[in-house]
Amino acid sequence: MLRRFVAAIALIWSSASLALAEVEIQEITTPGGITAWLVEDHSIPFTALELVFRGGTSLDQPGKRGATNLMMGLLEEGAGDRDARAYARRLEELAASISYDASDDELSISAQFLTENRDEVLPLLADTIHRPRFDQDALDRVRAQVISGLQSDQNDPNELASAALSLGAHGDHPYGSDGSGTVDSVSALTRDDIIAAHQGGLAMDRLYVGAVGDITPEDLAVLLDTLLADLPETGALMPDDAPVNISGGVTVVDFDTPQSVALFGHEGIMRDDPDFFAAFILNHIMGGGGFSSRLMQEVREKRGLTYGINTFLVPKDHAALYLGSVATGNDRMAETVEVVRGIWTDLAENGVTQEELNAAKTYLTGAYPLRFDGNAPIARIMVGMQVTGLPVDYIATRNDKINAVTLDEVNAVARRLLQPEKLHFYIAGRPEGLETTN
Amino acid sequence: MLRRFLTFLACAALASIASAEETPVTHFTLDNGLELVVVEDHRAPVVQHMIWYRVGAADEPPGASGVAHFLEHLMFKGTENMEAGEFSRVVAENGGRDNAFTSYDYTAYFQRVAADRLGLMMQMEADRMRNLALTEDDVLTERDVILEERSQRTDSNPRALFGEQMNATMFMNHGYSVPVIGWRHEMETLDMEDVTSFYRTHYGPNNAVLVVSGDVVPDEVLALAQEYYGPIPAKTDLPERTRTQEPPHLAPRRLTLADPRVSQPYVSRSYLAPERNSGDQREAAALELLAEVLGGGVTSVLRDRLQFETQEALWVGAFYNGMSLDQTSFGLVIVPAQGVSLEEAEAALDREIATFLETGVDPEQLDRIKLLYRASQIYARDDVDGIARRYGQAMTTGLAVEDVQAWPDIVQSITGEEIVAAARKVLRADTSVTGWLTSPDQEES
Repeated sequence: MLRRFVAAIALIWSSASLALAEVEIQEITTPGGITAWLVEDHSIPFTALELVFRGGTSLDQPGKRGATNLMMGLLEEGAGDRDARAYARRLEELAASISYDASDDELSISAQFLTENRDEVLPLLADTIHRPRFDQDALDRVRAQVISGLQSDQNDPNELASAALSLGAHGDHPYGSDGSGTVDSVSALTRDDIIAAHQGGLAMDRLYVGAVGDITPEDLAVLLDTLLADLPETGALMPDDAPVNISGGVTVVDFDTPQSVALFGHEGIMRDDPDFFAAFILNHIMGGGGFSSRLMQEVREKRGLTYGINTFLVPKDHAALYLGSVATGNDRMAETVEVVRGIWTDLAENGVTQEELNAAKTYLTGAYPLRFDGNAPIARIMVGMQVTGLPVDYIATRNDKINAVTLDEVNAVARRLLQPEKLHFYIAGRPEGLETTN
Repeated sequence: MLRRFLTFLACAALASIASAEETPVTHFTLDNGLELVVVEDHRAPVVQHMIWYRVGAADEPPGASGVAHFLEHLMFKGTENMEAGEFSRVVAENGGRDNAFTSYDYTAYFQRVAADRLGLMMQMEADRMRNLALTEDDVLTERDVILEERSQRTDSNPRALFGEQMNATMFMNHGYSVPVIGWRHEMETLDMEDVTSFYRTHYGPNNAVLVVSGDVVPDEVLALAQEYYGPIPAKTDLPERTRTQEPPHLAPRRLTLADPRVSQPYVSRSYLAPERNSGDQREAAALELLAEVLGGGVTSVLRDRLQFETQEALWVGAFYNGMSLDQTSFGLVIVPAQGVSLEEAEAALDREIATFLETGVDPEQLDRIKLLYRASQIYARDDVDGIARRYGQAMTTGLAVEDVQAWPDIVQSITGEEIVAAARKVLRADTSVTGWLTSPDQEES
């Protein structure tokens, strides 16, 4: 029973230049030509390894929606000469864990293994990357699990609102639909489709590596070359940039529930935009930062309209959105929409105050080191930095970049980013007094 | 042959590592009764400050369900020294984040900040331990918030509603039958009097455990705790923590929740089960291992049989959490495969449990599970806040520091026979609740 609505967590860091001195990143290049970032920490005898392949479920070929997602779900269902059960048993015997994830822009493989078992885990990891079996019985079993999830999504107001937004904004582009596919598309996938997704998704030209823990640069280099040298050089072509077709209004997805869920927003800002830091701070003040944000204050603290409201920048590889989410009773959604529109307009026209900017900077710079709280989180952060194109010394300079942003810059980005006339609410539920516009 | 040999080597090495390096934990008690646990991890200059009150939803007076959680929300309003919202604002201004949570047996508040801000966190937390100052407006507005919270987390989610009905059926006389968030009709009537009475009755140093984890030195934490919490007098009128207990359960109970929002029906089965008790944890350890043996990982008995062999299940799992002040429950869930009815799924579950009770525990599987437990102690050292939470939870559910520290060795010493004995004792129809979650159209067909 957490008190707080859990927001998509903002980035963060502190008074502690000392804190980040601890995170010393080494950039290594293996004899085989693989670049990896490493934080050596021998205090606990295990290593977290993070492998990310850019492209993600957006690489699905036309008519094969869900193939990449299902492929990733099958990597642990048997590889090399072990079927699904034998593979799982071997991982247990070695007390190692490997998890797999697929998102719009990335596929990730996250492994944790004890130092003493590293040499035995390596061939298992290599099998799952290079020699997944994709046995028909495993395919059918995991497919049934995916389809069950998709059927449940059709009765989940959050998923319904999200699907309406994706389709409305991005249309036929892969961003316009769920990366897990549809019941029909997943039902039609064949083993050949899965093999094709595997060949297209995991390749050297889109690989990023982070490692943290009890391993030396020399050992890591040998491990990576052994593990990854046989990857194909290139994979499937990256998708085109996605259109963002959001104009002001309301879309209601009818769903019988006492409480409506709304996703709202419009076009956003790309990660490499020079104004990104200013937008990042602006978002913190708008709805990214817990209780002190404008939206939490007005919608929850003053009016008690919701358990939580938050906003988040969504800078994907091929399009950027600026979104927020809120849930409230059907009889109070119209009022909530009005309050949100008002705040959007106010910030666009009048900007934020110097006090708000100062408080946001103190929080964002102070909380940054709290993110580096364990080997696996640090490995993920390092890979994220590489994917974003940040330099290896970014951590040391990041707070200076936050502190350098001026009030004029934040308010200029507020005028540019916030477009009250384009703000669209995608609502699942039966909100009183609201209906789909145009 | 070779595989077995390697496994044996791994076990031997792990055992030595796990015992060689432990995360340092220190325990103090202040004169006013406040207990203090310090968990050290000096890898990053960060600290987590948590206060755990020995009071939760199961301690609520009749008719005021949800008041423990409601009070938790209102603790972020003003005190005699701070204005409403100032607590979280100061934490944020110091680069920290804070939050709180309520369960049946405890209510906990925490902040995560740079290690040199610990004193400030203690100053504010000690302040709201005794100086909470609410307005009528705070109470009425926040009541709307918790009602929206119930809508969002429970009423919008048929699985949550189903869990609520299962619990209410499982416990016939104990407060565990009432949801932590509260029943809506009672939440709607909660007022200033309910909240302040609950606060005055239960919040005080001798009803709390302070758990500080991170880059700190125990003696320095003790000095700070004495400075900020030390001056608060112990509550002399703290009520004894007694609750109405369960009578013997004599009859199996069943329920069906049909909700049109359900796409994937499933069967849930709960059995009344003993919890971990101070100095007496063997049976609970056997039940924890039983949950792993039956439905923990991919290689567990029920998964192996029902997902891989017979393919009657899309998914199956087993659950047990022994950290509970009073009797808890042991749970099983089976999600049927396409074309398998709930009735058939339930029968398959019962059939496999019966077979397990006949054949007992596979020694190789038990070895693997114990090995994973030892390894998890190594991985756990990467998450010192997780270790801190375990102490907080243990010490508000009737356990002592020594019980937490004895637990890993107890788990390692449990035999297959003990697991089967615990299973025979707990997995009895008379103490069970069986629930079907389904949709109206599927129910008819």
